[in-house]
Amino acid sequence: MNALLSVIRRDLLLALRRKGDALTVLFFFVIVTSLFPLGIGPEANLLRKIAPGILWVAALLATMLGLGRLFAPDHADGTLEQMALSPSPFGLLVMGKIIAHWLTTGMPLVALAPFLGLLFDLPADALFLLTLTLLIGTPLLSLIGAIGAALTLGLRGGGVLLSLLVLPLYVPALIFGAGAVEAQIVGLDASGHLSLLAALLALAVFFAPWAATVALRIALE
Amino acid sequence: MSNRLINWFKYASPQSFYPLAGRMIPWFWGLAAIAFAVGLYIGFFVAPTDFQQGEGYRIIFIHVPASWMSMFIYCVMAFWAGLGLALNTRLSSMMAQALAPTGALMAFLSLWTGAFWGKPMWGTWWVWDARLTSELILFFLYLGFIALTSAIDEPRRADKAGAILALVGVFNVPIIYFSVQWWNTLHQGASVSLTRAPSMAMTMLLGMLVMAFAFWMYSIAVALMRVRAIILEREAHTDWVKQLPEVQGAR
Repeated sequence: MNALLSVIRRDLLLALRRKGDALTVLFFFVIVTSLFPLGIGPEANLLRKIAPGILWVAALLATMLGLGRLFAPDHADGTLEQMALSPSPFGLLVMGKIIAHWLTTGMPLVALAPFLGLLFDLPADALFLLTLTLLIGTPLLSLIGAIGAALTLGLRGGGVLLSLLVLPLYVPALIFGAGAVEAQIVGLDASGHLSLLAALLALAVFFAPWAATVALRIALE
Repeated sequence: MSNRLINWFKYASPQSFYPLAGRMIPWFWGLAAIAFAVGLYIGFFVAPTDFQQGEGYRIIFIHVPASWMSMFIYCVMAFWAGLGLALNTRLSSMMAQALAPTGALMAFLSLWTGAFWGKPMWGTWWVWDARLTSELILFFLYLGFIALTSAIDEPRRADKAGAILALVGVFNVPIIYFSVQWWNTLHQGASVSLTRAPSMAMTMLLGMLVMAFAFWMYSIAVALMRVRAIILEREAHTDWVKQLPEVQGAR
């Protein structure tokens, strides 16, 4: 447990020292969401209808952009190999890195989402639900993305390849996340979507760090 | 003990599998050709015209077997990839890589023929329906597998990384399928089901099953040809490859 906490603390410290990286992802999120009204037109009704989808897709792309930094710097300077060789279980350290990644990219997105929702004139209860789905959904995105990041570690064209691998796997999260908010806007019960999203998160918490660890060991061979 | 049991691992080495595959390929091609001829004959001339869909329905003789194969090949691919990861057998991973392009082709064929069928029946090339969308995502999963394995130069790492992706994908296929199904559905229900009587004429069903068999034989033949090519490529440094007549002849 100490090892887990110290990895999280170390990654957060590194992120604080390089604020630009985390901020870039946030600005990307803001810019992408504000491009949609410009492309589609300023009709408030239409925008209100598509807002959950837009915010979710933007969050998905922003998380994916940040994935490149999850393992690559540690791989470049050899820290990752030291972690693999260290006496503490490697899976736990990988889990720590994923948690730190979520704290630096996913959590700011969640905090920012309600304000961006206001730009689309979402009602208050929909804003609350959107934030809640992102709160459950962004850790899921970080977990699934970690598998892709580990598989493409050190490959040429890793960034594009990563999106090809990870985006199809993000589909269920997108469907249930955006679906919950849309269901509530049209007056249906959103709890089914939320439960399924949480179930996916539970599955991913169990399996994804393990798969990412195996993938990292292969990349380090 | 060893007399009674077949030695399953004998053909796990590329060296002994290569000639065996070479001997099997003509048979599978032959069976595929016969089944295609019979299946297409039934499909075009014997099966009755559908009273609702007219002649246009005949595309199902390609569409349905291609969809079946696209889903089935992904499972087979994940099986071989997983076996390669677990037992460290090189041939299993080669088999997985040989299957991927055929699977992607089947998924593409299924989407393409589906679009051709959709235009006269639904009046649109594409709808965001559950089964279409999950087939599209399956196609993307195939592309991801091919892209990942071809981006890694070192074959052993490519095998293992591909195996993890295939296994993650195979767990995700049902999740994606059900999530998309809940999201939206317009596609007609499955016409063939194991639990209830088929809702189509016997000759149509027969034609479709013969075509499915033809697709099976074709896929096996092509996968074996491709696995032979992969074996030659990877084992090019070994003596047994250098002594093969086809390799010597090419010199």
